[in-house]
Amino acid sequence: MTTREKILQATLNNQPAASALPDISVFKGEDKDLVQKYMTVFKTIGGNCFLVDDVAGIQSLITQNYDATRRIVTTVAELSDKFELISNEADPHSYENIEVAIIKAHFSVAENGAVWLTEEVMGQRIIPYICQHLAVIVQADTIVPTLHEAYEKIGAGEYGFGAFIGGPSKTADIEQALVLGAHGPLTMTVFIMK
Amino acid sequence: MSQTKTKDHAAMARAFIKDEERVDWHDGALWYIREKRDLAAKQIPEWEQLRETASMIKNNVISNLHDYLLQFEANLTKNGVVVHWADSAEEHNEIVYSILKAKEINQMVKSKSMLTEECHLNEYLEERGIEVINSDLGEYIQQIDQEPPSHIVLPCIHKRKEEIGELFHEHLGTEKGLSDPTLLTRVARKHLRNIFLTRRGALTGVNFAVAETGEYVVCTNEGNADMGAHLSEVQIASMGLEKIIPQKKHLGIFLRLLARSATGQPITIYSSHYKKPRKGQEMHLILVDAGRTRQLGRPDFRDSLKCIKCGGCMNTCPVYRKSGGLSYQNTISGPIGAILAPNLDMKKHADLPYASTLCGSCSNVCPVKINIHEQLYKWRQEIVKEGYAPTTKTLGMKTMAWTLSSPEKLSTAGKAGRWFLHNVPFVVNNKLNPWYRQRDMPEGPKESFAEWFTKNSVKK
Amino acid sequence: MTVGLFIPCYVDQFYPSAAKATLELLQKLGVDVVYPLNQTCCGQPMANSGFEYLSQDCNDLFIKNFSSFDYIVGPSASCILHIKEHLHADKNEEQATNIRTKVYELVEFLTDVLKIEKLDAVFPHKVGLHHSCHGLRGLHLSQMSELNAPPFSKPQHLLNMVSGLEQIKLDRLDECCGFGGAFCVSEEAVSVKMGKDRVKDHTKNGAEYITSSDLSCLMHLEGILHRNKSSVKIIHIAEILNATR
Repeated sequence: MTTREKILQATLNNQPAASALPDISVFKGEDKDLVQKYMTVFKTIGGNCFLVDDVAGIQSLITQNYDATRRIVTTVAELSDKFELISNEADPHSYENIEVAIIKAHFSVAENGAVWLTEEVMGQRIIPYICQHLAVIVQADTIVPTLHEAYEKIGAGEYGFGAFIGGPSKTADIEQALVLGAHGPLTMTVFIMK
Repeated sequence: MSQTKTKDHAAMARAFIKDEERVDWHDGALWYIREKRDLAAKQIPEWEQLRETASMIKNNVISNLHDYLLQFEANLTKNGVVVHWADSAEEHNEIVYSILKAKEINQMVKSKSMLTEECHLNEYLEERGIEVINSDLGEYIQQIDQEPPSHIVLPCIHKRKEEIGELFHEHLGTEKGLSDPTLLTRVARKHLRNIFLTRRGALTGVNFAVAETGEYVVCTNEGNADMGAHLSEVQIASMGLEKIIPQKKHLGIFLRLLARSATGQPITIYSSHYKKPRKGQEMHLILVDAGRTRQLGRPDFRDSLKCIKCGGCMNTCPVYRKSGGLSYQNTISGPIGAILAPNLDMKKHADLPYASTLCGSCSNVCPVKINIHEQLYKWRQEIVKEGYAPTTKTLGMKTMAWTLSSPEKLSTAGKAGRWFLHNVPFVVNNKLNPWYRQRDMPEGPKESFAEWFTKNSVKK
Repeated sequence: MTVGLFIPCYVDQFYPSAAKATLELLQKLGVDVVYPLNQTCCGQPMANSGFEYLSQDCNDLFIKNFSSFDYIVGPSASCILHIKEHLHADKNEEQATNIRTKVYELVEFLTDVLKIEKLDAVFPHKVGLHHSCHGLRGLHLSQMSELNAPPFSKPQHLLNMVSGLEQIKLDRLDECCGFGGAFCVSEEAVSVKMGKDRVKDHTKNGAEYITSSDLSCLMHLEGILHRNKSSVKIIHIAEILNATR
């Protein structure tokens, strides 16, 4: 008997009588003031948040707020004349020195501040983690109230890798003192496009 | 693999409590997290319904685990992930070693995984010439201090910043006396970034594994799991069988509960959904039993497999807060550890179900509603039944039960009052009765209630 | 209505005044109380240590003493909870089941069965209420701080009826005191540390008395108070509810 068979057999022998799955469709968030709610939550978890009208607004905020002499990368086509476009062919290690990454999220979640990103919008899986500063664009009308609507929206969602990211990386491992910027970005900024 | 311990939980706890200033700090820090958890929970009107639903989903998982495992395996394979099965810690370690060996990898970075701690993977690989570095800051600190984690979410919560500063001075060459958490974190960030960039192999734990899609979710705040995984050629995930959930939409339930229960955050900063390997990358997943199917077969204790490792029961447990995680001498400490450990080695961990007042706070914070305190009570019965209670205790209990079984026996045991003075609080008479070490007993009243009542009712 | 008065062994021996107060209070409220003299123990000390199988004689005795009453009332949440959850009998399980449904801790008997809305008690002191875990999380005498559920407190409701009494606010509403049965000696260091910290919460918030519906917690806290020569006293809730000027 292989280990696999042995484990499966033991599982079958030892598991209790079948118990039904609950209906989770009852869980729904309130579809109200989502932009405001999102911004409040995201700021509480240590993020920066701006309401912008268009891509041009984002571009100027980026140049104002970050060191434009450093490497700034993006997957957003409209920003490609100003910033470097991320190649999905390059060795991920080659992004070691990026200062800012600008990515467009599929949507974001009001109750927890997280944005949903898949690897196509990241350009490369490593990008939102390895950059010093992460900037994410969210379309205002895509914000959902809770994770329940979020997973409904993701649906079957064919992706190799996807992530909810809700704020700059953080740790409180030393004496519970909150430090922003553990291994991932030191800051995270969300631009909400009206 | 029964090992003997030289000190039990009570002795380890006594040593921890000697430094009262540290205990007060430890207690306060964890209580603060419990308060943050309460605030987060109370912001969600449907909180209790979420807990109930999560519990029901997990009940469904443990009752259909066989089929879900097959479904998960099939989807992993379809997604291009190599699936391995490990019956024991040793087999798990051998699999990790063989995967790395095949790619001639001798350095690996590992994010937080209690399972690999439980398997003593680092020691196993190091003996075979493979260096492992823990990338979670708390786990990294514990690793350089050669100590296991004392808390599943906050691995070095028992350490003061000055001690961590000293470790950094010794291992990372920081200035002596540097203890500022931000500065120390920056040093670790720089050091570990270089590790991430140079490691070809990365191992992560798994928070949730979705049977329906074959994807698995890893939750971190630091981003360390992803830094390791996305820069690696070979990515390994180790998971206990019980981490399965049926469908992707169920993640909505569990991710809403997990971070709020753990730290009071609305969600961990990163909830990464791994499904397929990156181009040119290998992805392996190891399904580990190591006692889990045995626990599944114990009707009184199988619910412990519902645990989502939030650490909420530790933060709320007054015994944990006052005694520190290391006093449990098990990878998973605190209340949940005390109901998981006896399944792994009942003799070695016979002390743990007794390291509780059965106050029940753990069961109330548990996001999947495990009846932890009831299981502690049941483990006590089991341990006694299996003969792991000390002989003196058994004899004492038998005497007490006999004495208390009838009023006549109680009075022949000596004048009732005297018997009680020696036997309350419920131990065999002993001049060294620990009660008296820091406490007095009540002054015996002139007469017992029964004596007063008899006199009075005769008078009437 | 006839109530069988259950006075746990250690209350009988060490805290007869609480037992007397319970008896007097119930009689004052017009209840017909019978006290069976042949009582010993509920069996919890054995069971909580893992020796539930040794507690059968105690169970049988309890059934013999109490099966004939309409209600069984005792001034100890912990012992009552033990009976409620663990009283069984091979020979007459039916009687055991019956007892488990009609056994009440004093506070819940007053609020849930007698439904009293006023008392003529007077106790002009600052009082800290200690929730025993078995009373709180076992018998649900009050809402548990961990849950997202509407607050209520049966003991507080009763204390509010006592004139002159001022309830102090605690930093930690319902933390365990560390008594825990045999835990108080097998884990002496942790037990005492927990007790000291509970005592500190009460004393720093100005309590003159610490009260509870469980004397086991109070015995532990009293032991610590006494050893540290504190002037703060412990008192069973029955004694407050029965206090007159």
